[in-house]
Amino acid sequence: MVLKSLTGNYAVALAVKMARVDVVAAYPITPQTTIVEKLAEYIDGGELDAIMIRVESEHSALAAAYGSALAGARAFTATSSHGLLYMYEWVNWVSRARVPLVMAIVTRTIGPPWNIWTDHSDYYEQRDTGWIQGFAMDSQEVFDMTLQAFKISEDPRVYLPVMIGLDAFILSHTSMPVEVPEQELVDEWLGARTQGFIIDGSEALIHGALSSPEYTEEFIKDMGKAMEEAVEVIREVDYSFGRTFGRSYGGLVELYKCSDAKYHLVLMGAWAGDAMEAVDTLREQGYSIGVVRVRYTRPFPGEELYKALSSSKGVIVVERGVSFGSMGPMFLDIAGNMLKYSRKLPYMRNVIAGVGGVNVTYKDFEYIAKETIDYIESGEEPSVMTWYHARRSK
Amino acid sequence: MSSTPTLPRDMRNTVLPGHAACHGCPIPMGLKVVGAVFGDKVILVVPACCTSVVLGMHPGTAFNGSVIHVAFASAAAVASGISAGLFKRGVRGVQVVAWAGDGGTADIGMASLSGAAERNDDFIYVMYDNEAYMNTGIQRSSATPAGAWTTTTPLGKKESKKDVTKILIAHGVPYVATASIAYPHDFYNKLKKAAGIRGFKFIYLHAPCPVGWRFDPSLTVKVAKLAVETGMIILYEYYDGKIHISGPSRPLLDKSRRRPLIEYLKFQGRFHGISEGELRNLESYVDSSWEWVKKFMQ
Ligand SMILES: Cc1ncc(C[n+]2csc(CCOP(=O)(O)OP(=O)(O)O)c2C)c(N)n1
Ligand code: SF4
Ligand SMILES: [Mg+2]
Repeated sequence: MVLKSLTGNYAVALAVKMARVDVVAAYPITPQTTIVEKLAEYIDGGELDAIMIRVESEHSALAAAYGSALAGARAFTATSSHGLLYMYEWVNWVSRARVPLVMAIVTRTIGPPWNIWTDHSDYYEQRDTGWIQGFAMDSQEVFDMTLQAFKISEDPRVYLPVMIGLDAFILSHTSMPVEVPEQELVDEWLGARTQGFIIDGSEALIHGALSSPEYTEEFIKDMGKAMEEAVEVIREVDYSFGRTFGRSYGGLVELYKCSDAKYHLVLMGAWAGDAMEAVDTLREQGYSIGVVRVRYTRPFPGEELYKALSSSKGVIVVERGVSFGSMGPMFLDIAGNMLKYSRKLPYMRNVIAGVGGVNVTYKDFEYIAKETIDYIESGEEPSVMTWYHARRSK
Repeated sequence: MSSTPTLPRDMRNTVLPGHAACHGCPIPMGLKVVGAVFGDKVILVVPACCTSVVLGMHPGTAFNGSVIHVAFASAAAVASGISAGLFKRGVRGVQVVAWAGDGGTADIGMASLSGAAERNDDFIYVMYDNEAYMNTGIQRSSATPAGAWTTTTPLGKKESKKDVTKILIAHGVPYVATASIAYPHDFYNKLKKAAGIRGFKFIYLHAPCPVGWRFDPSLTVKVAKLAVETGMIILYEYYDGKIHISGPSRPLLDKSRRRPLIEYLKFQGRFHGISEGELRNLESYVDSSWEWVKKFMQ
C-alpha cells in the first residue's frame, strides 16, 4: 500500500488502470477531461495495456465501449452533463443489453446557461435507465468505488452497467490523500471479467433482434430482478473489499453519528463531508443529529434508509437537483421506498440547495438543520419542500 | 481482377430461408454475398433499418452468423468497439461488418462513420443504398436522388443525392469501393479484397427497393443493372490514391456506350411524371459523376 495525493479524476483513472481495463472509449468534456487525459497518458506511456478509442462524440463513446464489452473486453468511459445527455440513447441501450461496463459521471450543471459547476441533475436524470448508480464523497471513495463497480457489474447476479458520480471540481479537481493498494492484491480481488454472453464469432449469436412484447417484458422484468439482487451484491462487495483492503463503507448507505440521533440530514456526494462537519458543531451545541450519506441511488437502499430513519423526529433531505413540478428525486425515492416497510413515515423535509453549483458550506448545513429542528421542536410544521439560498459571498 | 469467379455454393447457408424481407428485396441478395465470403465467421453490426426486420424476430433468426442490432446512429462506433475488443483479446479470423442503410450512413450515422474512418478502425462498413428510409415507410434521405417521390417529398426531391463514397475517399482510408446487388461477383471480390486490408474499408452497395421505388418485385436485379448500364451508378474501387474502375462500368467511360437514363427511370414509379428539367438535372448529375471519376483515375 502507498499513499498518493490524487484528485477525484485521477483516482478514477488510477482505479481504471488497476482494474486493467482493455478498452477505453471517451470524449472530453469539462470537468471529466482529466480522467481521459490521464488514461491516454497511461496507455501511450505503456503503463496500461489497453486500446483507447478516441471517438468523435459521447454517443459513440458509449457505443464503442459497448461494442468492446460485448466482444469480451473490460471497458470504461466517463463523461459529464451535456456529454451524458448526448449519449442518453446509449445509456439505456447498454443496461437493457445486460452488458457489464463502468462509467464515471463527473456531475455538472446542465445548460443553459453554460455552467461547469456541480449539481446532480445530470446524474439524477439517469435514474430510470437501469444502471447501478453510486455516488462518492472523497477521492479515496472514488478510487474504491470505481474498483468495486467492475466487481458489481460483472457479478452474474447483476450483469448491469455501473455509473459512479463524483462532484465537479469539489472532488474532480481537488487533491486528497488516497491509499493505493498493491496491484497483485487488486488482481486477486477483482479477478477476470465475466459476462452473460460474448459475441466474438466463436458461435453465431444474435443480439437485440426484433422481439415480441411478451419476450421484451421478460427481459425488462429480469433487469428489475437483477437490480434487486444487486443490493446484496453491493453489500457483499463492500464487505469483501473491506476484508482485503481494510476499508468498507457500510454498504449502500453510510451512517455518521446516527446511533443516538433524533434528527437526520440525508444527502449524497462531496458535500456530505460539510454536513458531517456541521453535525459535529451542532452536537457541541446540544442538537441530536446525524448524517445519512446515500452511496447508491440505484438500487435504492430502501431497507437501509427505513432502518436508519423510521424513528427519526425529522428527516432533512438536502439535494442538488429537483424534478421540476415535483420535488427532489432522492426525497421522492426515500418516501416511496419507506412505504414498502411501513405506512407511517417520519416527518420529512426536502431542501433543494446548491443547484447550479452554488457553494454550500458546513455553515449552511448548520442553518438548514437548526431551522428545521427549531420548527419541529416548537410544534410548527415547516413547508415540506423548500429552496435554500446559500449565503453568497459578496 | 477476374469478373466471373465462382461464388461458393454454400452462400445460401448464411441467409436462411424464412427471412422477413419483402418480395424482390435487395437486402438478402447482398447479405448472401457477405455470407459467401465469410460464412459464419462474421459479426454484422446492424443499426435500425430494414435489415433489422429482414433478419427475423427473436427467438428465430434468418442469419447464420453473429448479428448485433444497435441504435440507429451507431453502426460504425459499435463496430469500432467490437473490433478493438476482439483485437485486445487476441481473437483473429472473424470479420466485423457494419451493415447500414443510406439513412443510417448518409444522415444520422454520418458522424460516427466519419469518426471510425478517420481513426482507420479495422472493419468493413457496407452502406446498402435503397435511397430512402424504407423501414419507416419511404421517407427521403440525403441519398435519395433528385426528382424521386417519397412520402416526405410528395412532389419529388428537390436536392441532389449526397455521394457518401466521395466523402469516404476524402477521409483517406485504405479502401473504398462501390458495388451493386446486380453484380454479386464484383461485390464478392471487393469484400474479399477489403478483408485482406487492415484498417477502415468502405463499400457502397446499390440496392434497389421494389416497395419504395415502385417497381415490380421481379425487376430488382434488372433495375440495379440498368442503374449501372445507364451510368447512374458507377462501379469502382479507390486505393493507392486512385480510382480503379470496375469491369461492368469500364466500357461506359465512353459516354456513347451508356444507355439513356430514362431506361432506368421508366421502371420506377417514384420517377413517374418527372419534368424535362428534372430529367436534364439527373443527366447532368450522371455526367458530372463520370467527370469526377475520370479525374481520380489519373
Ligand atoms: C434515433 C432514431 N431515430 C429514428 C429512428 C426511426 N428509424 C428507424 S429505421 C429508420 C430509417 C432507416 O433508413 P435507412 O438507414 O435508409 O435503412 P432502410 O430502412 O432504408 O433499409 C428510421 C428513421 C430510430 N430507430 N432511431
Ligand atoms: S422495403 Fe425495400 S429494402 Fe425494405 S425490406 Fe422491403 S424490399 Fe427490402
Ligand atoms: Mg434506406
